[in-house]
Amino acid sequence: MSKYKTFTLGGVHPPANKLTGHLPIRDLEPRGTIAIPLSQHIGKPAELVVERGSEVRVGTLLARASGFISAPVHSSVSGKVKKIDSVVDAQGHRREAVVITVDGDEWEESIDTSPDLLEEIPLDRRMIASRIADSGIVGAGGAAFPTAVKFSIPEGRSVDTLIINGVECEPYLTADHRVMLEQADELIVGTRILMHEAGTARAIIGIESNKADAIELLQERIRIKAREGKIPEGFITVLALKERYPQGGEKQLIEAALGREVPSGRLPLDINCVVSNVSTAVAVYQAVQKNRPFIDRVVTVTGHKLVAAGGGGNFRVRIGTPVSALVDAAGGLPEDTAKIIMGGPMTGRAIPSLDVPITKGSGGLILMDASEASRLAVKNCIRCARCVGVCPMGLEPYLLEKLVQHERYEDAEKEGILDCIECGSCNYACPSNRPLLDWIRLGKGKVVELRRSRMRGNQ
Amino acid sequence: MSEIVLYSVLTLGVVAALFSTILYVVSRLFAVEEDPRLTEVVEMLPGINCGACGFPGCAGLGEALVKGADDGDISHLNCPPGGADTMTRIGAYFGLETGSAKETVAVLRCGGSCEHAPAKNSYDGPASCVIAHSTFAGENGCPFGCLQYGDCEVACPFDAISMDPVTGLPVVDQELCTSCGACVRACPRKLFEIRPVGRRSRRVWINCRNTESAVAARKNCAVACIACGKCKTVCDGIVQAITIENNLAFIDSDKCIACGKCVPVCPTKAIAATFEPPQPKPKKTEAESADA
Repeated sequence: MSKYKTFTLGGVHPPANKLTGHLPIRDLEPRGTIAIPLSQHIGKPAELVVERGSEVRVGTLLARASGFISAPVHSSVSGKVKKIDSVVDAQGHRREAVVITVDGDEWEESIDTSPDLLEEIPLDRRMIASRIADSGIVGAGGAAFPTAVKFSIPEGRSVDTLIINGVECEPYLTADHRVMLEQADELIVGTRILMHEAGTARAIIGIESNKADAIELLQERIRIKAREGKIPEGFITVLALKERYPQGGEKQLIEAALGREVPSGRLPLDINCVVSNVSTAVAVYQAVQKNRPFIDRVVTVTGHKLVAAGGGGNFRVRIGTPVSALVDAAGGLPEDTAKIIMGGPMTGRAIPSLDVPITKGSGGLILMDASEASRLAVKNCIRCARCVGVCPMGLEPYLLEKLVQHERYEDAEKEGILDCIECGSCNYACPSNRPLLDWIRLGKGKVVELRRSRMRGNQ
Repeated sequence: MSEIVLYSVLTLGVVAALFSTILYVVSRLFAVEEDPRLTEVVEMLPGINCGACGFPGCAGLGEALVKGADDGDISHLNCPPGGADTMTRIGAYFGLETGSAKETVAVLRCGGSCEHAPAKNSYDGPASCVIAHSTFAGENGCPFGCLQYGDCEVACPFDAISMDPVTGLPVVDQELCTSCGACVRACPRKLFEIRPVGRRSRRVWINCRNTESAVAARKNCAVACIACGKCKTVCDGIVQAITIENNLAFIDSDKCIACGKCVPVCPTKAIAATFEPPQPKPKKTEAESADA
């Protein structure tokens, strides 16, 4: 029995490969041209408010939120809008973006650029909510769900625990780890703001035990704050978790921390929880206390060859910077790079081109050579049920794969295909290298379509 | 000993008689009256249940035909795979006019072969177009073009589609194609279109579905339609069959007379024809101007 908490069902142990955890965050100066996509979040793309030739500064609003689930987009650099054009995104599709020629580094005057830590929270709940919404913060963990929407708690609902997600269970990625080490105080203030916003007096920061330094540091800082009387005792606690993938999944983390299960098809709010990523909490601190919109993020650039050659690291990158600029800053592309994955190796996607811009949701770039990158030959399913054993949602991936292949989407729906969190544990565990998740992901899309057409039929 | 045999035969005989009576009565009582015409009509149909007629399988069309015959009109019904022969036979059976449906064929609307749209990256996920389509834009970068994994080839119930190993694109065998529409449904990028075969099998179509801007489309494919409008200018002087919408030209097969004059004027060779189009005019004029 381990002394650390974890979730109960399934899970895998991929090699951690945290090659860049010891490298401090470096700032990447914006240069050349950058392209800021209008849709970097779940929901409707933002509505453009600038035009070609507009002069912009860091923090200038480029596009405002359109609709309830949406987020505004701000300029991350100063310069001139070169054009409004479509730019290839991480999937190779063209999406509308604002292309800006960088000129200097002028910031909007409303932004407090001083390095001072502001611990007093002067604003009330409504003001905080509008600051979060206006600054375009989205979940920095990867799903890019607008934070303002997540924290607009509906009437009649209450939150008893805020969980701050510092698990970073994806192999290779170390961005959140560095943020926790280098911005611990900001993180604590950000957590307090989010607690205030959610109306709760309990927050838990969940961190996997492989980041012992971050756990210790945060515990220490919280103890100091409590001693200074800035926060009550037991207000924010740090919870060390056992290393296990996908611990950073929202539902897995809630179970690990509180022992509660999010019912199928429901949200954490239904069991009185809200989960937010550490980098998101820091962004909230910057938005609320410093009036600084979401214009940059920390991205891990890693890969065995890259790090062995003395490159790689964690970079604070302005949103919209092309991947090529980031790779150059991290030591250049190793010769035999076969695949570049944006995000983590388990849930991320291989990008089709180096011109893809960094968006609010991209937490890592992993450069892999052919031996690491290629998929192995697909063999027949041997009914070993390993995929069933590792599925953290208690699904039967082999069955879902078959159902989707035969277009039996209604049966797949009954088998709970929509509960799949796309963690990729089944693909990882399959001894026959079957592309289980590829089919399940397709099936999820089809089932969602099916549900929509059913809803339209009922109306 | 003989008693046992006798009793067994008697009991079983009585039981058999009883059940056969029940079965007889029940079958009479609950008999489903089926129109004899239905069975005969369904037999005349190809029996492949492809659904191209818009009904669920051949029995569905059969029912519609019988119902139509009762109303005295079956001209709106058609069996695309059966073709004109089948419909004439059915018309003769009912003694009614059948629809003069044009013979149609499936046409691929993409010219993004390995040569014209070379792959820029490689995909090693499941070799299925639907999955590749939901994952990314495609190896050649065109988010509208053929992915070349052959979902259409698998879907075709008549083996009319085969993947050309040289171009990477599917090829439709006009002889075998019944225009059942299975490929239209199977292709995640809607690259197949059912178009009339045309007189003497002459047909012309825009061999592209990319609605991106000209620059973006040409970046990925040499033979993409760039909506320059040259074909429209030519056609406007003849039959006005070409429209341009969303950066993409479209030839209306109802208006097109398959003269082929739009084919040579296309600067990107994005218009395909099943016949040798007339000599390209621009070349002639170039030569003439050079002479002059």
